[in-house]
Amino acid sequence: MIEGIEVFDVLVVSTAMFFIGIYGFMVRKNLITILMSVELILNAVNINFVIFNKYLYPDMLQGYIFSLFVTGIAAAEAAVAIAIILNVYRHMKGIDVEQVDTMKY
Amino acid sequence: MHTDMFSYTVWIPLILLAAFLLVGLLSDKLKPLVAGLISTAAILLAAVLAYSAAAGYFFGAGLQDGHYTTLIPFEQLWLRFTDTLVIKMGILLDPISVMMLVVVTTVSAMVHIYSFGYMKGEKGFQRYYAFLSLFSFSMLGLVMATNLFQMYIFWELVGVSSYLLIGFYYQRPSAVAASKKAFIVTRFADLGFLIGILLLSYYTRTFDFMTLTQPNSGILSSAAGVSFMGASVLTWALVLIFMGGAGKSAMFPLHIWLPDAMEGPTPVSALIHAATMVVAGVYLVARLFAVYALGAPAALEVVAFIGAFTSLFAAIIAITQTDIKRVLAYSTISQIGYMMLALGVSGYGSEAGLGYTASMFHLFTHAMFKALLFLGAGAVIHAVHSNEMTDMGGLRKHLPITHFTFLIAALAISGIPPLAGFFSKDEILAAAHGHYPLYFWSGWFVAGLTAFYMFRLYFRVFWGEDRQYEHKPHDAPPSMAIALIFLALASVVVGFIPFSHYVSANGEPYTTHMHWQVAALSVAIAVAGIGLAAWMYLRPGTVADRLAAAMPGLYKWSKNKFYIDEIYLWVTRTLIFKGLAWPIAWFDRHVVDGTMNGMAWATAQVSEKIKGLQSGQLQQYAYAMVLGAVAFLLLLLYWGA
Repeated sequence: MIEGIEVFDVLVVSTAMFFIGIYGFMVRKNLITILMSVELILNAVNINFVIFNKYLYPDMLQGYIFSLFVTGIAAAEAAVAIAIILNVYRHMKGIDVEQVDTMKY
Repeated sequence: MHTDMFSYTVWIPLILLAAFLLVGLLSDKLKPLVAGLISTAAILLAAVLAYSAAAGYFFGAGLQDGHYTTLIPFEQLWLRFTDTLVIKMGILLDPISVMMLVVVTTVSAMVHIYSFGYMKGEKGFQRYYAFLSLFSFSMLGLVMATNLFQMYIFWELVGVSSYLLIGFYYQRPSAVAASKKAFIVTRFADLGFLIGILLLSYYTRTFDFMTLTQPNSGILSSAAGVSFMGASVLTWALVLIFMGGAGKSAMFPLHIWLPDAMEGPTPVSALIHAATMVVAGVYLVARLFAVYALGAPAALEVVAFIGAFTSLFAAIIAITQTDIKRVLAYSTISQIGYMMLALGVSGYGSEAGLGYTASMFHLFTHAMFKALLFLGAGAVIHAVHSNEMTDMGGLRKHLPITHFTFLIAALAISGIPPLAGFFSKDEILAAAHGHYPLYFWSGWFVAGLTAFYMFRLYFRVFWGEDRQYEHKPHDAPPSMAIALIFLALASVVVGFIPFSHYVSANGEPYTTHMHWQVAALSVAIAVAGIGLAAWMYLRPGTVADRLAAAMPGLYKWSKNKFYIDEIYLWVTRTLIFKGLAWPIAWFDRHVVDGTMNGMAWATAQVSEKIKGLQSGQLQQYAYAMVLGAVAFLLLLLYWGA
């Protein structure tokens, strides 16, 4: 529908974003970057929603609405996560994820 | 209605319950004297009510159309399980329950008064009186029970009061052991009683004495028809009920608790372990007598045999005991054996029921003179601070009142006319003779033994030489003397009550006449027993010791109570504890516990090994989750489609 861009190309971008997010989530030690990785994953999903809606069901709106939902939830989640991270910083004097292991056995 | 005029009888036990609650709850807040007075006032009030009930029943409302009827002035539904299984609480008046009312309240009142002197200054005086009230309440509830289940409830309540009073000196290990023994042995017997009640009521569909003892009602036929191991279910039920009675009444082989129960204060022995509670077994059989006589004569034979055997057995042991309370305890067992024997040989009917009348008569007279003997023994113990005959002698000079009243009681129990025991024993022996001569001869021989051991006790305590006493023995203080004199008077006069006019197996009054041959024989052997005791113990000499040396085997067996306690110990320790309980305990500890511990150990081991998974590292969890998702995806791709 968009001239010169196939659905496949967009999916490549979103898949790349998704796995970059997964990779960042598992590898980065800073809690803030981990949160950023989560946002990447969510936005990859958002792109999928929008692109499938546009290419497969152009006369419907569910995909767009759903991506708005995801954005809203992500905003709330980010607020909570940052609050947690701030508390972690106060207690642990740092936001390294490997420090946060008081819930182990 | 005649029953309305007796509705006040419900207060007889309730007054005592109130006294128990008042004295028991306030306990140490009351002055000892006040506590004693509350309990004594309650029992005296109950006694007045009981006497008026007895007068009203026997000389008025009880006699209808030529025989004594059963009245139920009060009955209340207590528990309803199903339409047929209902438990009621009520008051039943018939000749024997009214008679028991008189016996229990009289002896209990005397014991209350006596205890003011005997227990003076004792620690726990208030507790003692509270328990006495509890006991009197339970005993009265027992005798006036309208149905088997109510009787069973009060039956256990008297057991508890007995336990509490035997263990009154709870700081003494022997008293604790004795109370425990009494409780366990009677409880074991009560198991039989309970099974008997359940069997009987299952087949007859009722607990009510009124319905059960109705002759010719056909209610027993369903149970009499079913047989089990060669006897009808009814016979089994009645034998099991008798087992409960035998436990409470200390019949062989369940008699072992009664001599030990003498650890309790002596007035308690007089009240519970001589006059009232221990005859509950006799009362139980008498209460169900119509069922026994009409439904299962075989069970009655068991009663007669156990009674006859126990009376002989206990009398032989009584001869060699040296603790005066133990002599009296074995004497009690022996006399209760007499009562059981009389019931066992009795038939149903007025003239044929001579044994029944005799048994109740003996219960009545025995309560008076045996309570007197115990209270006299209490006065002696109070004076010399010992239970052992060897510490006593020559006390007639120091304790004239006790000596005189004790002599009357000893003559009464020996069956010397015209004292109370003579009449009742004569009737028992006559009834036994009519049934089976061997029972008569054994009863006759026991009469001789009774006279012998009572006078052995009497001569050794009151005659002979003075011993070294801590202080000069003093006679009973007034409160004790009143009780002694009252009971002595009772022991003299109650024999003249024409008992058969009031109590008979089927309620019809009849007239008994003296059985002169029986009377002559029994008086002869009683006098011989007394003479032998006088010859052996009155003179300074060694006749008794030489006689004991001449028959070492018999003397030793009797002295050691035929080793019954040792047999019990052997059975419990060797057979039950070592043979049964020990292997079971081993199995429990090693196999049952081992399985459980093994499971717990295995769980602990596994969790120790895998707890490293819970590292607390967020990214490890994420890694596992992603791997899992990938694995599922692959599974879905290759096998899902």
